[in-house]
Amino acid sequence: MRKIGLLTTAALALVLTAGQASADGEVRVLNWQGYGTDEAWAIEAFEAATGYEVVHDYFNSEQEMLTKLRTSPGAYDVVLINSAFTGQAAEEGLIQLIDPQVISNFGDLSPGLRDAVEFTYEGDLYGVAWTWGLTSIAYDMTEVEPGNTIEILWDPQYAGRVGLRDDSVENVSFAALATGQDMNNPHDLDAIREKLRALKPQIRTYWASEDEWNKEFTADSFDVSTYWSGSASRSAKAFDMPVGFMIPKEGAIAWLDGLSVATDAPNLDGAQKFIDYMVSPEHYVRWDTEVGAPASANNEAINQLPEDFFNRAVMGDPEATANLQFMAPLTDEQRETFLEIWTETKAYFAE
Amino acid sequence: MRVETRRRWAITGLTGPAYLWLTVTIFLPLSAMLYFSFQKKGPFGKHTSEFTLKHYEAFFTKDYLQALTWRSLEMGFHTTALCLIIGFPAAYILAKRIKGRWREALFLLVVLPFWSNALVRIFSWTIVLRPDGFLDRAVHLVLPGIPPIDLTDSYAAIIIGLTHSYLPYMILTCYLSLQAIDDSLIEAARSMGARAHTILWRIILPLSIPGLAAGTVLIFVPVIGSFFEPKLLGGTQGAMIGTVIEEQFTVVSNWPLGGALSFILLAIILLILGVSSPFLKQHMRTS
Repeated sequence: MRKIGLLTTAALALVLTAGQASADGEVRVLNWQGYGTDEAWAIEAFEAATGYEVVHDYFNSEQEMLTKLRTSPGAYDVVLINSAFTGQAAEEGLIQLIDPQVISNFGDLSPGLRDAVEFTYEGDLYGVAWTWGLTSIAYDMTEVEPGNTIEILWDPQYAGRVGLRDDSVENVSFAALATGQDMNNPHDLDAIREKLRALKPQIRTYWASEDEWNKEFTADSFDVSTYWSGSASRSAKAFDMPVGFMIPKEGAIAWLDGLSVATDAPNLDGAQKFIDYMVSPEHYVRWDTEVGAPASANNEAINQLPEDFFNRAVMGDPEATANLQFMAPLTDEQRETFLEIWTETKAYFAE
Repeated sequence: MRVETRRRWAITGLTGPAYLWLTVTIFLPLSAMLYFSFQKKGPFGKHTSEFTLKHYEAFFTKDYLQALTWRSLEMGFHTTALCLIIGFPAAYILAKRIKGRWREALFLLVVLPFWSNALVRIFSWTIVLRPDGFLDRAVHLVLPGIPPIDLTDSYAAIIIGLTHSYLPYMILTCYLSLQAIDDSLIEAARSMGARAHTILWRIILPLSIPGLAAGTVLIFVPVIGSFFEPKLLGGTQGAMIGTVIEEQFTVVSNWPLGGALSFILLAIILLILGVSSPFLKQHMRTS
């Protein structure tokens, strides 16, 4: 056992030193593990096309990603950053400007995502829209005619048939959308309180995880429930459940991931080419069909998916991306306030 | 004198480790929590010490916190009462009616739930209580044609799960008290013409008060602070002061408010114990 440990350490050391010696020929990527960029076939295809070797490093939280960029300048070329943090990273000088001209697929990206202000800092572009997803409303296709409004959660027709996740930020955000407010900075908290309390006759149960959602849905606990787009896609496709997913006209809670170039990237050309490949249809279509992926920001890529694919049929609807609100980082005070509103609502539900 | 000194040393040596253990595991963490409950911010980020009473004020100014505390107390009363009603007769039968190997076997059955993880026990209740679950099917075998029984996501489910989890405490403490009652006392009462209920009220119950009291405290105190049982079994009925405290720590890292609410709960418990202990003491003396 100990011998193996020693051998691995030695091998690692060799790899690391070898890596540093040939830094010119490498693209160093910082991402979540197993999130699209490190698929073996993708790395192979990219290396064959450009001659650059791809090396990955991973983070487990947004804060860890920022820390890695701060403490090791010049160690990374490409970094995945959630749009909520792109502005902060740019402000701290951790990532550099991107020239849209060098990304050949830039024109195919959905304008609503590509031009999101979250990717800019002082008017300049710092992130290329890559993937996105939603927390919105899922429904039982055999029993519900969903329409296109968030008010379905408050519809007396579904009294006692609604599921919600027991999550303060999510529910306050839905109430903010329903009352026409900015979910990241709602101004009328009383309206949100009222709107949440009005859910009392509607709500059947809370769910906490994808697994639990599937169980509750199968047990016919609810007809309409908040849900995550990626999970809804899995429930429908992998488990063959009659799950529909609706994106209301009032908007939905969206997250958007972008790819950025680190400041002092040792391989700028490689970084640009890697991002260009990542947002290309070639990469995305294979990723979604073989592995399963979140929705792509690239319209062209979505159009090349089979027509019944969730990411084309539901997320590819151009109207869907028109009214999205992207999650922004919340302050401690906001999170405490949101939790207080939600706890008060839960106490009222339990009365 | 030398004997006296040696005895003192022996006492210190024997009890010292226990007190040290209590200091390290209970007193120090609780003191830290007490300190933070008076602070503006928790121990994260740039911590600047700033005294405040606002977290304690929150409890008195926010109605929903008081309402949830009352709900938790009710949950404690109901669970403890059920444990008393089921646990005392069970302990009596174990102590006075059953002898030998049967008693050992039954004891094993009482203690058996303790060997499994508390979370697993609660999860298995969700399987029993759901529609078309174990309970539903069993009842329908006897009474076919009645509407399906669905106890999931209800207050009743919380009480059932908690009672099952805490019942062994009551059985064990009552058993110890009942075991200690000399059978000849009961025989003497009987020979002097006392009826069964007189024996129960005048002899058995008063003499088992220490066990009943210990069981009540062991159950009531943790139950009113419980959070995962209400959360998993209660659905929308699962909002309790325990879940609020848990969320202060896990969702928003608001240690000060979570700590303050914990200490208020502790104060309420001490108050209840303080009010009830003279009453119990009096009963034990008259018996």
